[in-house]
Amino acid sequence: MWDEMTVEFFVNHYNYWMTVILMMIGLYVVVSRGNLVKKIVGLNLFQTSVFMLYISMAKILGGTAPILTDNPNEVYSNPLPHVLILTAIVVGVATTALGLALIIRIRESFDTIEEDEIFDIEQQMAKTSHPHAETPNKC
Amino acid sequence: MLSSLSAHMPVLQVIVLLIAAPLCALFGNRHLAWTIAFIAALAAFVISTFLLGSVLDGSVISYHLGGWAPPWGIEYRIDAANAFVLFIVSLIGVLVLPYARQSIEREFEASTHTYFYTCYLLCLTGLLGVAATGDAFNVFVFLEISSLATYALVAFGAKRDKRALTAAYNYLIMGTIGATFFVIGIGFLYMVTGTLNMADLAVRLAEVGDTRVTRVAFVFILVGMGLKLAMFPLHLWLPNAYSYAPSAITAFLAATATKVALYVLLRFTFTVFQFDFPVQELTFEYVVMPLALVAMFAASIAAVFQKDVKRLLAYSSVAQVGYMLLGVALLTEAGLTAGIIHLFNHAVTKGALFLAVGCFVYQIGSSRLGDLKGIGKTMPWTTAALTAGGLSLIGVPLTVGFISKWYLIQASLETGSLWIAGLIVASSLIAVVYVWRIVEVAYLEPAPEGRKAKEAPLSMILPTYALVAASLYFGINSELTSSAASQAAKALYSATDLAVPPMQLTPSDPPSEGAVQ
Repeated sequence: MWDEMTVEFFVNHYNYWMTVILMMIGLYVVVSRGNLVKKIVGLNLFQTSVFMLYISMAKILGGTAPILTDNPNEVYSNPLPHVLILTAIVVGVATTALGLALIIRIRESFDTIEEDEIFDIEQQMAKTSHPHAETPNKC
Repeated sequence: MLSSLSAHMPVLQVIVLLIAAPLCALFGNRHLAWTIAFIAALAAFVISTFLLGSVLDGSVISYHLGGWAPPWGIEYRIDAANAFVLFIVSLIGVLVLPYARQSIEREFEASTHTYFYTCYLLCLTGLLGVAATGDAFNVFVFLEISSLATYALVAFGAKRDKRALTAAYNYLIMGTIGATFFVIGIGFLYMVTGTLNMADLAVRLAEVGDTRVTRVAFVFILVGMGLKLAMFPLHLWLPNAYSYAPSAITAFLAATATKVALYVLLRFTFTVFQFDFPVQELTFEYVVMPLALVAMFAASIAAVFQKDVKRLLAYSSVAQVGYMLLGVALLTEAGLTAGIIHLFNHAVTKGALFLAVGCFVYQIGSSRLGDLKGIGKTMPWTTAALTAGGLSLIGVPLTVGFISKWYLIQASLETGSLWIAGLIVASSLIAVVYVWRIVEVAYLEPAPEGRKAKEAPLSMILPTYALVAASLYFGINSELTSSAASQAAKALYSATDLAVPPMQLTPSDPPSEGAVQ
């Protein structure tokens, strides 16, 4: 297994190394940051690395856009992964929008977007015997 | 007219809901929105019942979206396995709606009800789409449609308890990581095969064989789906999301969302990868099975110490997912059948339980054990439903829980592992403890002075009892579920058996009886 790991191997796969590095940075930010907005930023980095993975695997060196021309020997890149990623980007945008909307609501009700402060408030809520006492039965 | 429509059934159940969802928001009237949602959900249920009926004999319906033949176009491939899942999901989807109409009245402002129905329908669309499609990337798209709607639905609980917001946020982070892992897995599969159609993937993967890429792809898909289905160490989003979501949504999610994710995992494990890979077998034997066993005990024990009934049942859900995974991880057809039976039975049982708890929340505004003292006298019907569901969780004979455990124990004895059967029985005993805690508080403790709670309204009791009745009926007569589940297990094993050409249902290639148009 290890004898494949030559310098050439590293250089030839540099797009994948970049993907892996970006992915790890993204995941690390999601896990390590306490600020909710920064977590969303990390999530975006993580997703972007996957976009890169898809886009770079479809790219053919010297290939053009996949448009039908008179030249039957035209070299073109595989359009399918690119289209898939367009869909994935839309999903990513929707996720980010929803995440940010939730953060706004969290800020309004908890007055903070720091995870540990929210955790403290929630612990406090759990300790008080009646968390629902402020919304009494209306019947 | 009808015959030409019936040719489009596999896609219709998704399309109808997808069109109805924005209509709910556009009309802006909550009563109209509810009617639209109910009609759409009912239509989806009728279609899925029809589909289940037509594939139970082992046939396969292949629908080509837009007339593009697979593997180039997107294919909707209905066999016994996903028809069964479609049936469960749409059944729960239609039952929860009348209940939701009543229960959300006291949970958040009337002006947002239309958006609630929109999200609900989108979530149902996504779940049905995931189950119906035969295209790997399409699974991701529908999974995210349902997940995004789910995050919003969980956040609707913020009016009652603001912790719903953080629960939804955490669910969003973990769910997105899970979905992205799944996409990475599919990306690797595409790299080595150049196709996204599941049946085609299976054929080509068999040619590619056991390479490092396919192993990595499998593990990414396993972890990604593990996050979505709350496999034991990846379940952290579940207790909060289930506790703080609106009652109707808790019941809906508990009965459907994790089940559909489990179906995707099964589909990929058994149909796409087809077990030719030793790494897969080893993963199930040495990773999934121990984790399932740990889930059965750890989550059950955690459930015993909860003070809130919703939370208690949420932890119990994690344990029950453990049972399903255990059945699957036995890696025999009997084990897979047991897992699928439990998938159905648990959906019915947990649906009934969460609906019953929702009735308490509706009437007394709380689901904490301390507030439910003596509730059995003032709300006898709801408490009886809760008790019946609890008995099914334990696995008492004449309930569906017993059927599940019976099949599971039989499957584990078949593989010669007596100790697994012993552990299943032992973990059921923990279920006795947490169910007893609810029953004890509800029936044996004196009610506090001055509680005026009445029985919940009929529109909430009826859906609850429909599910309770189902959990008793299928517990006594398990003919239908067991035959459907074993047919589903067979379908998962042999979905790519190309010796049986799938029934064509495209408009360009109509079946003989559909030719009169």
